[in-house]
Amino acid sequence: MDWEKLGLKMGLEIHQQLDTKSKLFCPCSCNLIDKNAEYEILRNLRPTQSELGKIDRAAFEEARRKLKFKYHAYSHETCLVEADEEPPYPLNEEALELSSIIASLLNMRIVDEFHTMRKQVIDGSNTGGFQRTGLVATDGFLETPYGEVKIENLCLEEDAARRIETSEDGVTFRLDRLGIPLVEITTDPSIHHPDQVKEVAYQLGQVLRSTRVKRGLGTIRQDLNISIRDGARVEIKGVQDLDLMPEMVKREVQRQIKLVQIRDELQKRKANIPEKIYDVNDVFQNSKSKIITSASSVMAIKLEGFDGLVGVELQPGRRLGTEFSGYAKKLGVSGIFHTDELPAYGITEEEVEKLRGFLGAVENDAVIIVAHEHDIALAALEEVQRRAKMALEGVPEETRKALSDGNSEYMRPLPTSSRMYLETDIPLMAINRDYVKKIQNNLPELPQEKKERIIKEYGLSEDLSGQLVRQNKVEDFEEILNEVNVDKTMVASLLAYSLKELKRDGHAIENLNLQTIKEILELLKNGKISKDALFDIFGYVADNKVSPSEAAQFLNLMMLSEDDVTVIIEQIVSNNESMVKERGMGSMGPLMGMAMKQLKGKADGKLVNTLLRENILKFV
Amino acid sequence: MNYQGPAKKLLESLNISLGDILNVKKPDISYTGMLLERTKDADNTHIVLKMDSGYNVGVEISGAEIEVLEKGNKPKIEMDPLDIKRDPEKMDISIISTGGTVASMVDYKTGAVHPAFTADDLLRANPELLEQANIRGKAIFNILSENMKPEYWIKAANSIADEINDGADGVVVAHGTDTMHYTAAALSFMIETPVPIVITGSQRSSDRPSSDAFLNLINSVSAARSDIAEVIVCMYATSDDKSSYLHRGTKVRKMHTSRRETFRSINTNPLASMENGVMKILDKDKEYNLRNSSELKLHDNIEPNVAFVKICPGINADIIDYHLDKGVKGILLEGTGLGHCPDNMLPAIERANESNVPVVMTSQCLYGRVNMNIYSTGRKILNSGVIPGGDMLPETAFVKLMWALGQEDNLEEVRKIMTTNISGEMEEKSSMDYFLV
Repeated sequence: MDWEKLGLKMGLEIHQQLDTKSKLFCPCSCNLIDKNAEYEILRNLRPTQSELGKIDRAAFEEARRKLKFKYHAYSHETCLVEADEEPPYPLNEEALELSSIIASLLNMRIVDEFHTMRKQVIDGSNTGGFQRTGLVATDGFLETPYGEVKIENLCLEEDAARRIETSEDGVTFRLDRLGIPLVEITTDPSIHHPDQVKEVAYQLGQVLRSTRVKRGLGTIRQDLNISIRDGARVEIKGVQDLDLMPEMVKREVQRQIKLVQIRDELQKRKANIPEKIYDVNDVFQNSKSKIITSASSVMAIKLEGFDGLVGVELQPGRRLGTEFSGYAKKLGVSGIFHTDELPAYGITEEEVEKLRGFLGAVENDAVIIVAHEHDIALAALEEVQRRAKMALEGVPEETRKALSDGNSEYMRPLPTSSRMYLETDIPLMAINRDYVKKIQNNLPELPQEKKERIIKEYGLSEDLSGQLVRQNKVEDFEEILNEVNVDKTMVASLLAYSLKELKRDGHAIENLNLQTIKEILELLKNGKISKDALFDIFGYVADNKVSPSEAAQFLNLMMLSEDDVTVIIEQIVSNNESMVKERGMGSMGPLMGMAMKQLKGKADGKLVNTLLRENILKFV
Repeated sequence: MNYQGPAKKLLESLNISLGDILNVKKPDISYTGMLLERTKDADNTHIVLKMDSGYNVGVEISGAEIEVLEKGNKPKIEMDPLDIKRDPEKMDISIISTGGTVASMVDYKTGAVHPAFTADDLLRANPELLEQANIRGKAIFNILSENMKPEYWIKAANSIADEINDGADGVVVAHGTDTMHYTAAALSFMIETPVPIVITGSQRSSDRPSSDAFLNLINSVSAARSDIAEVIVCMYATSDDKSSYLHRGTKVRKMHTSRRETFRSINTNPLASMENGVMKILDKDKEYNLRNSSELKLHDNIEPNVAFVKICPGINADIIDYHLDKGVKGILLEGTGLGHCPDNMLPAIERANESNVPVVMTSQCLYGRVNMNIYSTGRKILNSGVIPGGDMLPETAFVKLMWALGQEDNLEEVRKIMTTNISGEMEEKSSMDYFLV
C-alpha cells in the first residue's frame, strides 16, 4: 500500500506503570491482589451536567448503559482513598520525580507548575468517576531512522481499577490497581509508516526501561491513533505486542478504505435508514431456530440500500455487520442477524422471505434482527440505526479495542477533549528550575549508551551486551564483576542465557538472587568447583534453597584436592594395568574417559590429563 | 480575579482578563491556552492556562512574553427556563438551600464548578425528582456549614415555616455536613411541624459523578413525601449507593470526617431506611409524629450566648470563671465517663449556679447516658447544681440549652426543659441495640 498517498497518520500513546513505593495519592503499595474481596462496595456513577448543558459524549454513552459497579476492597491492601471515601493525600513526589526523569530523557520541557486534573471517566474504572492526571512536560522529541518524532505530552496519572468480572448485573472491579502511578506519553500524529510506529514504541520502551518502571504483563499499555485522509481518527486501545503493531495498522487502514468504499456505494444507491422498528414475533412464530425461539421477543429494522454491504468484509473475518453488532452489544444483546448472512442459524429461507415481506424490504434493502427482551432489543436496534447512519458518512471516530489477531472491535466513541477540570483536593505544585537541573544532571544511561559502554569496557560481543541491556541485567553484571573476579563473558552469558535455560528446564530460578549468584561464582573463583559443575549447582540451589556449598557437596561436585585426584587416577591406572601395558600411551583416551566420568565437575580436566599421563608413563 | 501581586500586575498592565486566549513565550518554551482563574491562596508568581488538550498548566511569569491571541467572551451561564407544569396529582416539595452544593454544574471550558441553586438547576441535574413531586427551590443563604450561626437557624426555621404555610407537603433542607446535626437539633426544637422536614447534604461534592448528593436528594424528597412529620436527617446508610437512613434530628451526629455514611444515630435506632422510594421503619416500637397530626408552630426564640466546655485532664476552672465574667447565659459541659469533671471545677460551677446560669452535664463518651449518682465526684457535681443531660448528645444538649434559655429565664424552668424530652432528644431507656450502629 502507498502509505503516503493514503495520507496515513499515526500517533502513539503509551501508559507505563511506575515502580514506586506507594500509590499516587495514598500510602497503599502498588501490588495486585489475588485473594477474595474482604469488602464489596456498590456504586453507580452519573455524568455531571456541564455548564453548556452538554454532557461528554463518551461519558453519556456509558451512562446510557446504566451500569452498576461493584468494587473489591481490602482491610489493609487498599484504603478509603481508593474507595472514594476519603480525599486524596498529597501527590507522591517519588512519582513526580520519576516522570520528570523520563521527560528529561525524552528532551521535554518540564512545566513550571503541576496541576492535578480530574478527567471524567464513568465506565466505573475510577471510583470517583474521574481519573486524576496532570501534565508534567511538553515539547520533546525522539530520533528514529524514519525521522524525528515529536513527543507532545507527558502526563502523570493514576491507573484505573482492575476489571474482574462483567455480568448482567454490572461490572466488578478490584481496587488494587486503582491509584498506581503511571506516565502517559503521547507523540504527535506525525508517524507515517507502519514499521516506524513499531520503532517508536520500541525506543520509548527502552527509555522507560532505563528508569524505575514496573515490568511484566499489564504494566505497559500502548494505544494507537490511526487515520487516513478520507477516513477518521480511530484510537486502538491495548496493543500488547510490538511485533503486531504494523499488522494492526495495515488492518485498520484496510478497514477505513473499505468503509469509505461502502459509503460511496451507499450514496450511489441513495441509502436510507427508516426509523421504524418492527415487532416480528409473528414471522418467527413457528421458527426452528433455537436462538430465535429462546428469546422473549424478536425485533427488526430495514436498512434501505444496504443489501450485500452489511456482509462486506472490513478486516479478515469482520464485516460491516460485525461493526453494527459491536454497537448493539453495548446495550446488552449478544449479537444481531442480518439478511446478508441469512438463511443460517436455523432461520430458513422461507422465514427470511416472510421477514422481508413483513418489512416491505425491496431488492437493495437489508434487514437486521435482534432476538432479546423487548426493551433491550429495541434499544440495541436504535443503536444499529445510529451506526448505520454513520456508514453513510464513512468512518466514524471511535475508540476501539485491539484484538490479539491484529483486528479491532468497537469500544466507545472518541472522548471529546473538554472533559477535564481542576482537582481542587490537591495543592498546585510548583517545580523549580534547580530541581529540574538536578534531575537533568543525573539522568540514567539510555539503553543504547549502556550497550556501547559495556562492549567497550568488558569486551563483550554485540549480542551478549544487547541481551544484558534488553533484560535489564547490566547492573547485576557489573556488580558481580565488581566483587568476583571471574571470566566476564562467562558471567554475561550466564545472566543473558543460562538462567533462561535453567528456567526452561523447569528450575525455580526466581529463588536465585544476586547474592546467591555471587556466592556460586565465588566458589568457582576459589577453585572449589569447576566450570562444568556450575549449571547443576545453579539448578539445585534454585530448587532446594540451600547454600551453594551445600549444593555442591550434595551433588558431589566439590573439587577434590590434588592428592585425592592422584589417588583416584592411580586407582584407575592400576585397575587397568593390563590395557596400559598392552597399549601404552594408546590407553590414554579410554582411561581419560573413565577418569572424567568419575571426576567430572570435581577436578580440573587439565590436572586429570597430567596425572593420567604421569601414571601411564610409570608402566611404559 | 484571585490573581495577586506580580501576576495581577502583569495581567492588568496588558489588559488581560479571564477567558482570553494567550500565547505565553519563555526562552525555552511557549504555551497557548485560555487564562483561567487562579486557586485562592496559591502563590502570586504563576498564571494558569488551560490548553487545548484540556490540561491546566501553571506558567511562572518571570521572563514571560504574553501575547493576547483572542479576547475571550465572558462565559454565559444561561439556560432556557424549564417550563414544567405543576402536576396536581403529585405532592409539592420545597428544597431549601443553605449553602454547600447539593447539585452543581461543571464548565469544562474553564474548569469552573458552579453550584446549582434554583429549582430549574436542581431539576436539570436531577430530572428524576420530577417523577416524585412538584419541586420548588429556594436558596436562603450561601454559607459553608462551619460558618453556621444560631441566627441562621432562626432564619432557616422561618423560611421552612413559610414554605409549609405556602402549601409545601414536605421540605428538604440542603446543608453542609459539618454542622448539620446542630441545625437539625435547632430546627427540631424550634418547629412543631405537620409535614416532614428533611435535612440532607453530601460528603462527595456534587460535581463528581460519584457524588452521594444525587441519592441523598432523591431519598430526601421521598422522605419529605412520607408520613414522618419531624425534623429528620437523610444521609447514606452504608458506603453503597443504595439506601439512606432517616435519623431523628436530635439523635444524630457526624461520626466520620469523610465517609458517605458519616451520620449515625446515637443512643437510638434510625427511624427508617429509604431505598428506591420505599421506606422501611427500622424499629416498630418507636413512635413518631404523624403527618398532619399537629399544627405548624414556631418557637424560634433562642439565646445564643451559651458556652460549650469539654472536660479534659488538667483542665483549669478559670475557663468557667472566664465565661461567667463574660456574661454567658448557660454552660454545656462535655464531661468524662458518666458525667464527671475534676473536683477543682466545683467552686466555679457553684458560682454559676448562684448566678442563675444553668450548667448542663453530658458525656464525651457520646454513647450511653450520664449518671452522677455512682461516684462521689458525681454526687458532688450534682450538689453543686449541675443539670444532668441524660442520654442527650452534647451537641443536641448545647442547642437545646440555647433554645430553653430562649423560652424561659428562670433557672428552675430551664432545668425542667432540659430534663424533659421535647423533640425525641431523650430516650427513656437504653436498649441493647443502641451501640455502634
